[in-house]
Amino acid sequence: MNLLYMIFVDPFMQMAAAPDLLVQTLWEGLVGGMLYALIALGFVLIFKASGVFNFAQGIMVVFAALTLVGTYHLLVLYGVSNTHLAAYVALAITIGVMFVLAYSVERLVLRPLVNQPDIILFMATFGLTYFLIGFGELVFGGEPKVMIADALYLPRGSVDYKILGGLVSLQKIDIAAAVIASLMVAALSVFFSKTRIGRALRAVADSHKAALSVGISLEQIWVTVWFAAGLVALVTGIMWGARSNVSFALQVISLKALPVLILGGFTSIPGAIVGGLIIGIGEKIGEFYWGPLIGGGTDSWLAYVIALVFLLFRPQGLFGEKIIERI
Amino acid sequence: MRAPSGQEIAAGDVLLSLENVSLAFGGVKALSDVSFDIRKSEIRAIIGPNGAGKTSMLNVINGFYQPQLGRITFKGKARAKMRPDEAARGGIARTFQNVALFKGMSALDNIMAGRSLKMHRGFFWQLLRHGPAMKEEVEHRLFVEEIIEFLHIQHIRKVQVGRLPYGLQKRVELGRALAMEPDLLLLDEPMAGMNLEEKEDMSRFVLDVNDHFGTTIALIEHDMGVVMDLSDRVVVLDYGRKIADGTPDVVKADQAVIDAYLGVAH
Amino acid sequence: MFYREAGQFKTTYESDQSVFPIRQDRIGLAIILVVAFVVVPLFGSSFLVNAVLIPFLVFSLAAIGLNLLTGYTGLLSLGSGAFMGVGAYACYKLTTYFPGVNILVWIVCSGFFSALVGVFFGLPSMRIKGFYLAVATLAAQFFLEWCFLRIPWLYNNNISGAIEVPTRTLFGLIITGPNAAPQTRYLIVLTIVTLMTLAASNLMHGRIGRMWMAVRDMDIAAELMGIRLLPTKLTAFAVSSFYCGVAGAMLVFLWYGGAEPNVFSIDQSFLILFMIIVGGLGSLLGSFLGAALIFILPIILRTVPAQFGLPIHAATVEHLTFMIVGALIIFFLIVEPHGLARLWQIAKQKLRVWPFPY
Repeated sequence: MNLLYMIFVDPFMQMAAAPDLLVQTLWEGLVGGMLYALIALGFVLIFKASGVFNFAQGIMVVFAALTLVGTYHLLVLYGVSNTHLAAYVALAITIGVMFVLAYSVERLVLRPLVNQPDIILFMATFGLTYFLIGFGELVFGGEPKVMIADALYLPRGSVDYKILGGLVSLQKIDIAAAVIASLMVAALSVFFSKTRIGRALRAVADSHKAALSVGISLEQIWVTVWFAAGLVALVTGIMWGARSNVSFALQVISLKALPVLILGGFTSIPGAIVGGLIIGIGEKIGEFYWGPLIGGGTDSWLAYVIALVFLLFRPQGLFGEKIIERI
Repeated sequence: MRAPSGQEIAAGDVLLSLENVSLAFGGVKALSDVSFDIRKSEIRAIIGPNGAGKTSMLNVINGFYQPQLGRITFKGKARAKMRPDEAARGGIARTFQNVALFKGMSALDNIMAGRSLKMHRGFFWQLLRHGPAMKEEVEHRLFVEEIIEFLHIQHIRKVQVGRLPYGLQKRVELGRALAMEPDLLLLDEPMAGMNLEEKEDMSRFVLDVNDHFGTTIALIEHDMGVVMDLSDRVVVLDYGRKIADGTPDVVKADQAVIDAYLGVAH
Repeated sequence: MFYREAGQFKTTYESDQSVFPIRQDRIGLAIILVVAFVVVPLFGSSFLVNAVLIPFLVFSLAAIGLNLLTGYTGLLSLGSGAFMGVGAYACYKLTTYFPGVNILVWIVCSGFFSALVGVFFGLPSMRIKGFYLAVATLAAQFFLEWCFLRIPWLYNNNISGAIEVPTRTLFGLIITGPNAAPQTRYLIVLTIVTLMTLAASNLMHGRIGRMWMAVRDMDIAAELMGIRLLPTKLTAFAVSSFYCGVAGAMLVFLWYGGAEPNVFSIDQSFLILFMIIVGGLGSLLGSFLGAALIFILPIILRTVPAQFGLPIHAATVEHLTFMIVGALIIFFLIVEPHGLARLWQIAKQKLRVWPFPY
């Protein structure tokens, strides 16, 4: 009885007793979820266009952030005294690196694997993940780094609101992240639905062979889409890095994008966003109100369990259509 | 090979009957109000233009799709919902329109996999693979070798089926279905994509299976010549409805069938 | 020229159904077994036995476990590290509560606990497959990792949060704990791995193996042939987790001598997955070859350049290993998706017809 009370009643009493804490927790869940959503967005982009379930998306986030910070420090070391200049030059260089990465992936991984089963391509991205980890650490060193948020003119500090009889504090960087993420999603949606390349992308996702046969250039599409995913990764990396620091330890967190995808479906951009927010808020609330009951630290697995339970009831995801199996 | 079990139904009696079966996906009607029967030991052809619902029909018969309305009676028992594996246990085997072999396995293993239901040695004997387990394995291998001989595929027993040409794959698939010793064999376009010679071979196999073992066969086929030669009775579907049913000669002369194939505005 | 099967006729289906139908293969296997069981314990150095062979065998067994699930049944799992952990912790608890029962019994029994947990986390395979299932196994991985970390009962409330292997004996011979001789531990590991490999091979050549592969290659067709998907998949989960569990118990009890939860992290799961990708999906031999390559690669990177007077920094070795492993995986998937095992087969085929091309 007491246990039931602690599970089903007490947490809600706490919520009602301190609404400001609830709002604060919700906001933090929202921000965390947005970052998951951004990683998931990178997955979705690539999955839509190449049918590849890109496990390396999380690593691309770290790799992009690491390249940015690493290049910045190199520039400063070799005499660029204006930190803002150095930061933006580093940003440009990183964008270049992401393009080279997209191009190399297309050349060395995707092209030789055209028309292979999905699961083979999936596993190839494991290889890519490991390669990028090794490469990134070899070049820039394995120790955690601090994101150059100030040099990039990103805001810092927090805005405090007095509401609900308490204080809710929002980090400015989080607000900036929310704004930038929304803009990016809007831009991508337009790109996908309105442009010629967007249409081609969708064709390629349905069938490599069929797309080739109507004269769509797979190479161009894949480079474009991996580059786009690289840019999303860069933005994600900057935002994320500004909240904590930049290291490959992030890869475990970046795996959280997988349950997000399950919730939202692999091909839906709105799905990725909504899924990300649900997972982010779900795990924060769960950890804050129910976590202490079982010893805390539940955010390492709660996201997966939420996704799993969800899957059992709706295997096709939030926005997916019911699949009719044919034979 | 032994004759298939289920002797309680004499040749010529109704083995399977469908009454007023309807199947829809969302708003799309795949089958509407179809009734027909399959008699023991006959060759029953299901024909119709593309998209007429022929494959859906087979899927309903072996439990892969559940019809929303209607009644299915198999071996005298009306059945409600049935899972595909239960249908298989009941003695329904089938081949597929697009060959659905186990591509990573050899032809022999594919056909042996068809014996899975008939093999009963449990897990711990399997771990040992000696004594009873090995004896069972060899027993079934003998049976499978008979099928291999019957279909003339001795030379490709140990070849991975993914590497075989299409015609041979179809034959292995037939072998796998035969290995189940079915009472009712469903063949979904067994001759699609074959050249004349291969078609003749396959027709011969189908007739032999029917003759020698008395296996009841329902087949979908587009080649009218083959259908008219092989089948005892033909049912014609169009847009998910039955438009004709009877012996090949009757069906051939049916006005509705001619219209469906030549195209008359609906 | 020596590798010819001419003149070896199979007169019974029993001999045709055997695992090694060609005589030379059987001789080769016998030689390997003699070397492994007799020559190595007598002449192998402690370093070779303890730092190379024992872990190689343990990882091979874990790789076989994952291969049964992923390679043979086609269910991708990213939780094998955690299932190894279940075996290790189960063994630890069992020997704590029943110190009188021989530790070898517990090492094998711990596999059953792992199998049980595996079946539980395999239940979602009822509704989902492919990537979705992979994510479900991630849930297992992270949840179990959390248990190892947060449930003090599992590690007997040790302050360090780690499990430490007590000294246990077999016929008066110390086999676990800090005082056990590497050769003794090696022989035990080798025996268990040999027997379990044999069992796996038997299983894969019989009805159950065919059913698993049928589910892997075309699940719908398998279902229409009367193979019930869920029980088949769950059996695969159970057997696979059993193997991983035993491997985990051996990892801790016969190699490390103690372990913290991070031994069973997601990285361990990945390494084992990589072993079977590189070695060959759906091949027992491949599990060994893959384990050898992935495990021994860092050792080579550490020692070989040092011999030429170019010592590589430990961190650099790690980074290089990551890069090379990553590149190898891509390389194998492109060039030979069936891994080292297929390369070996091709080599044998060439040898059979040598010096002619066909």
